[in-house]
Amino acid sequence: MRITLWGTRGSLATPGPETVRYGGNTSCVEVRGADGTFLVLDAGTGIRRLGATLGPEVERVHLLLTHLHMDHIQGLGFFKPLDQPGQEVHIWGPPSTTLDLRARLARYLSPPLFPVRLRDLPCRLTLHDVPLGDFEIGGLKITAALVCHPGPTVGYRITENAMSIAYLPDHEPALGAHHFLGEADWTSGFDLARGVDLLIHDAQYAAAEYPEHVGWGHSAIPHTLGFAAAAGVKRLVTFHHDPGHTDLVLDRLIEEARQSSDLLFQLIPGAEGASFEFGG
Amino acid sequence: MPQKDVEVILMRQLASYLAMPIFLVDMAGNLLFYNEPAETLLGRRYEETGEMSLEEWSTIFKPTAEDGSPLPPEALPLVIALQKYQPAHRTFWIRGLDGISRRIAATAFPLEGQGGRHLGAVTIFWEANHP
Ligand SMILES: [Zn+2]
Ligand SMILES: [Zn+2]
Repeated sequence: MRITLWGTRGSLATPGPETVRYGGNTSCVEVRGADGTFLVLDAGTGIRRLGATLGPEVERVHLLLTHLHMDHIQGLGFFKPLDQPGQEVHIWGPPSTTLDLRARLARYLSPPLFPVRLRDLPCRLTLHDVPLGDFEIGGLKITAALVCHPGPTVGYRITENAMSIAYLPDHEPALGAHHFLGEADWTSGFDLARGVDLLIHDAQYAAAEYPEHVGWGHSAIPHTLGFAAAAGVKRLVTFHHDPGHTDLVLDRLIEEARQSSDLLFQLIPGAEGASFEFGG
Repeated sequence: MPQKDVEVILMRQLASYLAMPIFLVDMAGNLLFYNEPAETLLGRRYEETGEMSLEEWSTIFKPTAEDGSPLPPEALPLVIALQKYQPAHRTFWIRGLDGISRRIAATAFPLEGQGGRHLGAVTIFWEANHP
């Protein structure tokens, strides 16, 4: 399984000289299975560059959306495979309690927000209300579960043979917890992240910024570290960086995180372009 | 233990902040949580009670009808909400684990999650004034 980060920024694309190292594009991660299965996690602005690298060898594209906040779908209309006649594309994402994924996505992919309607795209598009629980895409086992974030939002766990990753870009497991981290079975997202080789997780705020943002659906870095440690992950990639966090601020926050405790996992600051390969 | 569904986690967190007594059970009727205001009426701290089966909690508080006759579990609003999947309300008597009898009014409702998943049921109850 090979994982590549195409967008690591949270909330709003933040290009500029002060964000070149960690990147300014919003959430998008590529996952390639050993058998060639091709998944894309979220369609933030990073998905445009990913699409530009794809050649005709990709038979089938599976795009897994965690939720429909703008920073996770904004790149959708600029993803090359959607514009290619006959290209097979599957989009998976959470329905709401009253609308299916198609109706929810059409609110963005239709005028006046976007000139092309979902139904007018030339590719062979199939939309799937993402099932909660386990399902398979090619050689990959996917587990989707609802997690704590405003509006229907899922996290994903992806397993290939003995290797697993978890993707929780927007997640506030500390919401309403009197003591974080409390009991594991009462912690949102815990089963998805339990023991994974690589956890890609929301790390939007510095500790001091969190009290002003309780209920916004994101984690402070100390929450992310505590969650990763309790879940027993091997590597943590910090993700969904706050638009206000420049490269220098992120360097400092990561350094503080490294010094805050003896980390039981490898801490990897999520930078656009980073790639991870797991055998097996 | 497998992780609880996020709706159940959020329900417990909400209950822990509210001032109304709240009692939360899972799909099988096992007690998952009651909050501090409920502790006052039930006469024991949740930390001391822990998780209980439906058979236990539906009898341990000795529920009785207004006329003094014992109430079977299936007459309790929370059990109705859980088993019939509909809201239910009733005024009845319970005896707390502190030995004190209290007249309570209980409103129970089923918890339905995203995708129509049955997650359990919740009851909110108040000490009711004597008639
Ligand atoms: Zn986001
Ligand atoms: Zn979001």
